[in-house]
Amino acid sequence: MIEDALIAAQLCAIDPGLGGMLLRGGDGPMRDAVIAAMVAGRTIRKIPVHIDDERLLGGLDLAATLAADRPVARKGLLAEANGGLVVVPMAERLDEGIASRIAAVMDTGVVIAERDGMRRQDDARFLLALLDDGVEDERAPDVLAERLAFWFELSNARSPELVEGWFTRLTVLRQAQDCGVSDHALQAIASAATSLGVTSARGALLTLRAAKAAALFDERNSVTEDDLILAIRLVLVPRATQFPAPAEETDAIPEDSDPGAQSSGDATQALEDVILDAVRATLPPNMIAAIAENGRRAAMSKGKGSGAKLKAQMRGRPVGVRSGVPRGGNRLSLIETLRAAAPWQKLRREPGDKRVRIRRDDLRIKRFQSRAETTTIFVVDASGSSAAARLAEAKGAVELLLAEAYVKRAQVALIAFRGTGAEMILPPTRSLTRARRALAELPGGGGTPLAAGLAMAGEVAALVRSKDRSPFVVVLTDGRGNIALDGTADAGAAKRDAEGAAKAMNAPGVLIDISARPRDEGRAIAALMRAKFVALPRGDAVSVRDAVKAS
Amino acid sequence: MRVAFPFSAIVGQDEMKRALLIAAVDARIGGVMVFGDRGTGKSTAVRALAALLPPITGDDGKKMAVPFVDLPLGATEDRVVGALDLERALGAGEKAFEPGLLAKADRGFLYIDEINLLEDHIVDLLLDVAASGENVVEREGLSVRHPARFVLVGSGNPEEGELRPQLLDRFGLSVEVRTPQDLDSRVEVLRRCDAFERDGAAFVADWAKAEKKTIKQIAKAKALLPDVAMPDAILRRASELCIAVGADGLRGELTLMRASRAQAALDGKDQVTEKHLVSVAPLALRHRLRRNVLDETGSTARIERAMDELFR
Repeated sequence: MIEDALIAAQLCAIDPGLGGMLLRGGDGPMRDAVIAAMVAGRTIRKIPVHIDDERLLGGLDLAATLAADRPVARKGLLAEANGGLVVVPMAERLDEGIASRIAAVMDTGVVIAERDGMRRQDDARFLLALLDDGVEDERAPDVLAERLAFWFELSNARSPELVEGWFTRLTVLRQAQDCGVSDHALQAIASAATSLGVTSARGALLTLRAAKAAALFDERNSVTEDDLILAIRLVLVPRATQFPAPAEETDAIPEDSDPGAQSSGDATQALEDVILDAVRATLPPNMIAAIAENGRRAAMSKGKGSGAKLKAQMRGRPVGVRSGVPRGGNRLSLIETLRAAAPWQKLRREPGDKRVRIRRDDLRIKRFQSRAETTTIFVVDASGSSAAARLAEAKGAVELLLAEAYVKRAQVALIAFRGTGAEMILPPTRSLTRARRALAELPGGGGTPLAAGLAMAGEVAALVRSKDRSPFVVVLTDGRGNIALDGTADAGAAKRDAEGAAKAMNAPGVLIDISARPRDEGRAIAALMRAKFVALPRGDAVSVRDAVKAS
Repeated sequence: MRVAFPFSAIVGQDEMKRALLIAAVDARIGGVMVFGDRGTGKSTAVRALAALLPPITGDDGKKMAVPFVDLPLGATEDRVVGALDLERALGAGEKAFEPGLLAKADRGFLYIDEINLLEDHIVDLLLDVAASGENVVEREGLSVRHPARFVLVGSGNPEEGELRPQLLDRFGLSVEVRTPQDLDSRVEVLRRCDAFERDGAAFVADWAKAEKKTIKQIAKAKALLPDVAMPDAILRRASELCIAVGADGLRGELTLMRASRAQAALDGKDQVTEKHLVSVAPLALRHRLRRNVLDETGSTARIERAMDELFR
């Protein structure tokens, strides 16, 4: 695995058009070796996850502007990294907005900053290394991962000798140059992409680039079968969303869909077969997990940046200015600063001096207000005790509420608990598409780990609050938990844990008792949560929705 | 910046191409929203359109290229609406207006990639200007108004956050793109992208003829547009369709009508037929259906069903 990663890194060094690498996990030296192979003498710039737009894209250089009496723009970090490597540590915490900005720059090769009274355009072609240390559901933003040719899971790689060896083998960088590729090779890539279920055109294009880079790596000027196999294995296989079809079926595809290419049919056929067979033979043992993961990737929200708190100071609707020094994410309002300084100019100026004199007291910073948006956290009892019909109603209610949240541009999150624990079905999101899918796949049955569900809701609520949003918790349950926090079926512990979790919940909410004959447990839990209690014994979706709306 | 990928060389994506051509013919259509998954070539197609727009006559009477303005993510408000010219304010102490991106986009196209990630206050501002066709600046002691009529083109991935309904409604047409999945098209995509990357200039030269043909088609359609007749029967059909699918508001009907005319003009016809209506209906209506956001039946399917029943 580590050897593959090192090869991939060198391919990136040969052709920066490959975008770069997503490196998940891996201990220090291993990852350093891969990055060193990518760098190949280029400059490295690190992007902290909480970087602001001004540093990323460029903006007004305050000191230079004041000294020169005219606006002076400063390059952003992406432009500074032109021709080099950009490393994003903790990429799973990278803000989606920042990720999209980087992606836009990768697509065009130029960074355009339209900011703070200036426009600046710089070349910015760089390789990107996303270092993803995410646990469980945290992921580097898809919008960037998609643009990187290579995805590697380094966690289990361990072979220091090999790494040593590679360092000594790092050779002079070969110049990227044109490299021939046959039509058969293109067809082989396209059919491999199809059989692995890689729908994005970008995946196939990156495979082609990787194959060419592999040929150049071996100092050849045309792509061979081995190059194709390597490229498909390194680029397409990690993106696979399905197992390649058995050999006979893949044989049939080109013949059915491509009657015009009969003349070249045989040769193509042979090459495709060879390549697909070779790829099948090298499919990694953890392929099933990877495929499941890719499926989930599509359904899951990305890890949100810890920079979100900072964002409150920098984003949102500008609501005037106040005096203060621009630091810690506060942005200078140059216009207001000048206005503040203007009346004093005559007094401050020396005779014959025409420069604008600005003092610290004149500095004004912008204030921003991000609307306090609500995140509704649904906690759904999917255990056996809420029978299938109840679960369906709960789902219906969540859907109706989602539709309204959508109009108000609020976020929703969905936690389900059943069996022995709670599961985050849907992290806070605004995407209905994703919410709908997560809901549809929600299974039911098993014990009632109410405590786990409430505890998780509490955590999510705290997280939501830390991002300057207002959490609102909606619990749909019968309130009769029978599984303790540690997963054991101990009724006493289950009750104690549930009560503890309810008490610890620091968010407004409502508990909707969806059992056919509501009893006191639900009301008690609601009281501990300081939440409203609603019993809806015949609660259909609409009345649940109305109950929540009334809260 | 490198040369743009030629519009004509884009494989498949007929619906997206049709929407963009219609917008190029009739700017009043009100913009195009392109939805699609990652890696479907959304922004490639939109940026390619810039090369296809026949020149317009500028204020000075000279021919000028149609403005095509990219609104980058992270743009600040002052750059979008225009603001005090800093250079002159600092250097000479003069108060002068420096036009923003909206002024630049006047009479042209304003493109926003990943529009669903645009900050809310910028979106509000765009909505206002797009509706009125005029940009009013009252800030920093400036009081300026200037025309800002532009075709708004947005693209985005619905997986990364929905678009606000108010904004969606502003778009005349909406298209959903997918990467072509049949093997031949996929190979063709690879082949053309490869050729383009190897030698962009040569590739563009190879496609110059096809591009010229499209430019001509657009220019001809623009000239023909005022003379395209809209028979009453077709108008009635359009209304029936809107009622049948439950498309809210008059805007849908208007857009459907204009789009059909533009399509007829593109086909070189001086009269709208049912065929034109059918070919543009999904584009004009699918984002206006009374939103049952959780209905699994896609809007497209609902429109097609209604059309099947009406136009059988």
